[in-house]
Amino acid sequence: MFGGKYVPEALMAALAQLEAEFEAAMADPQFWREFEALRTRYAGRPTPLTAAPRFSELCGNARVVLKREDLNHTGSHKINNVLGQALLTKRMGKTRVIAETGAGQHGVATATAAALFGMECRIYMGRVDTERQRLNVARMQLLGAEVIAVESGSATLKDAMNEALRDWVASVDNTHYLIGTVAGPHPFPKLVREFQRVISTEIAAQCHQEYGQLPDAVLACVGGGSNAMGSFADFIGNPAVKLYGFEAGGEGVETGRHAASITGGSIGVLHGTRTFILQDEDGQTLESHSISAGLDYPGVGPEHSWLASQGLATYEPVDDDEAMYAFKALTQTEGIMPAIESAHALAGAIRLGTRLAAEQPDSKPLFVVTVSGRGDKDVDTAIKFFGLKGHPDQYVGGLL
Amino acid sequence: MSYGISGQAIAGALAHGRKALIGYLPVGYPSVAGSRDALRVLAEGVDLVEIGLPYSDPVMDGPVIQTAGTRALERGVRVRDVFAAVETVREAGKPAVVMTYWNLVDRYSVAAFARDLAAAGGAGLITPDLVPDEAEEWIAASDAAGLDRVFLVSPSSGDERISATAAACRGWMYATSVMGVTGTRASASSAAPELVARVRKLAPNTLVGVGLGVSNGAQAREVAQYADAVIVGSAFLKPLIAADAAGRSGLEELRAVVQDLAAGVGNS
Repeated sequence: MFGGKYVPEALMAALAQLEAEFEAAMADPQFWREFEALRTRYAGRPTPLTAAPRFSELCGNARVVLKREDLNHTGSHKINNVLGQALLTKRMGKTRVIAETGAGQHGVATATAAALFGMECRIYMGRVDTERQRLNVARMQLLGAEVIAVESGSATLKDAMNEALRDWVASVDNTHYLIGTVAGPHPFPKLVREFQRVISTEIAAQCHQEYGQLPDAVLACVGGGSNAMGSFADFIGNPAVKLYGFEAGGEGVETGRHAASITGGSIGVLHGTRTFILQDEDGQTLESHSISAGLDYPGVGPEHSWLASQGLATYEPVDDDEAMYAFKALTQTEGIMPAIESAHALAGAIRLGTRLAAEQPDSKPLFVVTVSGRGDKDVDTAIKFFGLKGHPDQYVGGLL
Repeated sequence: MSYGISGQAIAGALAHGRKALIGYLPVGYPSVAGSRDALRVLAEGVDLVEIGLPYSDPVMDGPVIQTAGTRALERGVRVRDVFAAVETVREAGKPAVVMTYWNLVDRYSVAAFARDLAAAGGAGLITPDLVPDEAEEWIAASDAAGLDRVFLVSPSSGDERISATAAACRGWMYATSVMGVTGTRASASSAAPELVARVRKLAPNTLVGVGLGVSNGAQAREVAQYADAVIVGSAFLKPLIAADAAGRSGLEELRAVVQDLAAGVGNS
C-alpha cells in the first residue's frame, strides 16, 4: 500500500547494492562498534532528557520532558543517520556523497561526515532555502562541500531532491545519495529509520530511569519524518505509548498553503515512494508552504502514511503562528531555543496537554517532545516574524 | 516479445533495410495547440512518435525537456490533453506512444488511462520511473487494453534485470545510452553498444531503441549501426524553444532537424 521503488531502472542496481550492504552491516558487530563509537565520541550521544517544568505550565496537566537532539554535534538529529550512511558509503567503496537539504541541517550533517571521512560532497538546496538559511549554506561551504542552488520548479526541498536524483542517475558508480529522511525509494525509509531508532531506544531507557515508566505520549514534528520515526520506532504497536506527529500547517490547511501531507494530502507517488503527498487533480505535485524550511516538503515518509492509516500514530497540523509562539515559549521558559521545525512538536504539546486537561482533568501524562534541532539557524526568520529591528531596547514581548 | 503496435512500426523500418526513428515532443509546448502542430511536423519524418506528458518532478529529464515541460504546465497543459495529441498523430498516419511519470497515470487511475489511451488510438506507454517490479497494475491494464508497455534498461542493469525487463515489455525496449538524464551530447556513449549487445544475447527477439544523447544525423547514423531504433527528443525541442523565445512557431526549423535525423537512419 505504501513505499516501493518507483525509480528509473538506472538506480535499481544501486538500491539493490545499498540494501545488501545495509543488511550485511546490520548483522556485522564490527559495523555496530564503529557506529556506536562515532555516536558517542563524535556526535555526543546519548542526548539528555531535560525536564521542562516552566514550559509544562502551558501544557495543561502534562509533565513535558524534552529529548535533546539539538545537543548533537552539528545541532540536530540528522547526524545520527548521516554517520550510519557514511559508514555504508565507505563499505560500498564509494568516494562521493550527494544530499538534498531543506533547512540545511541534513546538508550540514552530510558535509560534516564527508569532511570526517574524506569524501567528496555536493549538496543540493533549493534557491529559496539558500536565502532563508544563509548561515547553513556558509557552514556547508566552510566544511568543504559544494552547494548547488536549485532553480527549477519551486526552488525548494522537493526540487533539490529531483536534482540530487538526476545527479545520482549519472554518477551512481562512485556516488552514494545520502537521503536525509525516511522518504525516497526502498530501502531508504527502512535504513534511515534504523539509524534514527536510537532516539526512541534512549527515550525508553531514560524514562525508566528518571520516571520509572514509559512516556504516555511521544511527540515529534514531521516533514519527511526522520526525527519522528526515530522517536517512535521502539514504541510502535505499544498501546501504552501514544505517538503524535505534527505536520507543518503553514498558513492553515484550509488555505491550501501548507505542508501537511497526511492531514491535507492524498495518496500518490513522489520521489520513488507511494505515500501521502500534496498533488493537484492531475497528480502534479503542489508547492508546499511552511515557515520552517525543514518541513517544507510536499510528501512524507511512507511508514508514517502506514502508521496513520493503521491508527498507530496520530498526525495533526500546526500552523506557522502556533509554531512561532511555541518557539518563543520554549526559549523564554526554559532557555532552550528550538529549531522552528521542532517548535511544531512543542506547539503540539501545548495543544495536546490543554486538550487532555479538559478531557481527563485527573491525569498527569508524561510527554516526551523531541527537540530535533537547535534554533540558531532560524534567528533570521524569527527576526522577520517578530519584527525585531536590532535595536538594543526592543522587547519581543513576553508570552502573554 | 510481442511486437505489439509500436514494435510493428520499428519492424516495418527494418523490413525496408533501415533502422527506425522515434521522435519525442511534449504535449502542451509551446501551447496545447502549438504542440499538436509540432507533432504533425514530427510525424512527417519519424516512424513512431513519442508524446511526452509533462510532470512537475521529472527526474529523468535533462534541462531542455524540463524547460519545455515547466512552461507547458505553467501554460495550463492537462493530462487529458495527451489523448487529443495522440489522435493528432494518428490522423497524421503515424503510431504514437506516450512517455510520462507514474504518478500522473496512477492519479488518473491506471485502468482508465489505459482505456482512454487505447480509445484515442495510442500504441502504448513508456514508463521512465516505473520498473516491472512495481508494474503489476499496469501490466494487467495494458493487457486488458491491448497496449504496448515499454520499460527501460540501463548500462547498470544486471543480466537478470535485462531478461526480466525484456519479458515484461511489449513492443520494444528502451535502452538508455549514457548513465544520466536526457539531453543532447557532443558524442554518443560507448556504453550503449555494449548494453544493446547484452540485450541481444539475453533476449534475442527484443527490439531495442536507444535514446538519451542523440542530437544530429551523424549520431543517429552511428546509433543505427547497432540499435533497431534511434530515439531523439531534446534535439527536436531546441528549435521550438529558440523560436518560442523569439515569438515564432519554429516549425520550419523543426522540419529541418526532423529531415536531418531521418536521413541519419536512411529515411530520406
